[in-house]
Amino acid sequence: MALYSDKVMDHFRNPRNVGEIPDADGVGEVGNAKCGDIMKMYLKIKDNVIQDVKFETFGCGSAIASSSMATEMIKGKTIEEALAVTNKEVVEALDGLPAHKLHCSVLAEEAIKTAVKDYYDKNNIPYDRSRFPDCENCGSCHMV
Amino acid sequence: MFVYADNAATTKMSKTAIDAMLPYLDTWYGNASSLYEFGQKSAEALAAARETVAGCLGAEAREITFTSGGSESDNQAILSAAAIGARKGKKHIISTAFEHHAVLHTLKKLEKYGYDITLLDVHENGIVTPEQVRGAIREDTCLVTILFANNEIGTVQPVAEIGAVCREKGVIFHTDAVQAAGHIAIDVKAQNIDMLSISAHKFHGPKGVGALYARRGIPLVNVIEGGAQERGRRAGTENVGGIVAMAAALSEACANLEKNAAYVSALRDKLIAGLKTIPHAALNGDETKRLPGNVNFCFEGIEGESLLLLLDEAGICASSGSACTSGSLDPSHVLLAIGRPHEVAHGSLRLSLCEENTSEQVDYMLREIPRVVEYLRSMSPVWKDLTSGKKQFML
Repeated sequence: MALYSDKVMDHFRNPRNVGEIPDADGVGEVGNAKCGDIMKMYLKIKDNVIQDVKFETFGCGSAIASSSMATEMIKGKTIEEALAVTNKEVVEALDGLPAHKLHCSVLAEEAIKTAVKDYYDKNNIPYDRSRFPDCENCGSCHMV
Repeated sequence: MFVYADNAATTKMSKTAIDAMLPYLDTWYGNASSLYEFGQKSAEALAAARETVAGCLGAEAREITFTSGGSESDNQAILSAAAIGARKGKKHIISTAFEHHAVLHTLKKLEKYGYDITLLDVHENGIVTPEQVRGAIREDTCLVTILFANNEIGTVQPVAEIGAVCREKGVIFHTDAVQAAGHIAIDVKAQNIDMLSISAHKFHGPKGVGALYARRGIPLVNVIEGGAQERGRRAGTENVGGIVAMAAALSEACANLEKNAAYVSALRDKLIAGLKTIPHAALNGDETKRLPGNVNFCFEGIEGESLLLLLDEAGICASSGSACTSGSLDPSHVLLAIGRPHEVAHGSLRLSLCEENTSEQVDYMLREIPRVVEYLRSMSPVWKDLTSGKKQFML
């Protein structure tokens, strides 16, 4: 049995939406190079809709595939829809991830949320902080 | 093109080893402990294999115990030396920070039983000095266990000199020679080695077979209890076919050692020279004091598992010390031990060659690896931060 599903391998081999949006409205970077994965997500937002999304990832195959899948899942969606995406949905869309790789999908969910938070902060849009990852006080890089 | 460049993980069985093994699977399949002539054929094969293995290592046949492989040999050697020490009230063991886990985890276990463990620093070049060993030996030291050659970065230790220090101080010296046997010359007498572990599948023998050399006079503690096989030192019906094949493989490897080492190290050096041209890449471990087939690099800004997956797509089998390939969050303890920061250690690649690899395969790898590294860097936010000056390059 291969380590990854065909879907994971497809998104790893041919990642969708790779790159940078220079004039992004929201940018989120999560993870830690020390732990071996960093995801950076760029959002272009207009009328509450994610017009464009791009990502850059330093990490393993499942980190790259999770980022790619997450960008596909939120492109063209409203901000609310994007914020509703869970890591579990990313895993399901990828036809599963090995247990020790589930944190990659968590990073993908957090990358979306962190990018939206950045958009809110830049535009002085009020939001409920509890809905967003608290990177300063999060120890997830030290747990599996 | 298919390139198997992971010979430090395991090797293909040689034709010689397979041919040696087969008769003991379907013709002479008797139990070596059986009294009748048919079983005694197996006992004779075991005796001959023991002579052969001993001969290749410069040992005597009775100093060789057959085991299930390198891990079991390491376990038995360390536990035996620890038991000898305990009887004399000596419970201090010296080792290094970059041993194989078969050694490190056994030492961890002994620590729980009150042993004091000193792990020597292995420096940036991945080599321990005899002076360090001398400086660490205490009145209560019962064992020095230092690998012959490192399994990840291939650095070869000054074993004979370390052995001489141990001999002088009256301390047992064990070496895990799993990566060295069949690839570099071993002579337990000339190199002052008291105990030594080998594993057949690292030198074109079968998996699941190994041997432990223990100098005459060093009593072994059983790791596996049961019957009286291996003169009571290791229970369980002997893997006759596997043992015969190991002896054949080791004998073949040792007979061709110099020729193979010259050929393989030329390939290695070509590969190292080519990979060095990749920017912000660095060879891990001493450039010359390394196994003939070992190449290990760190590439800054990328992660090893994705590198391996893409190389696999290109038909290249390799390995990495990244956390993602180990199933833990920490990258290779070997790379950390030689001072590579976590961020850099995640981007490591080990290519281990053997005499079946070709110059064309090296050329192919030198086309594919830079391409894949560049591709992964192009999507890496870490690489972007490095090239934009936001972060400092470490390599």
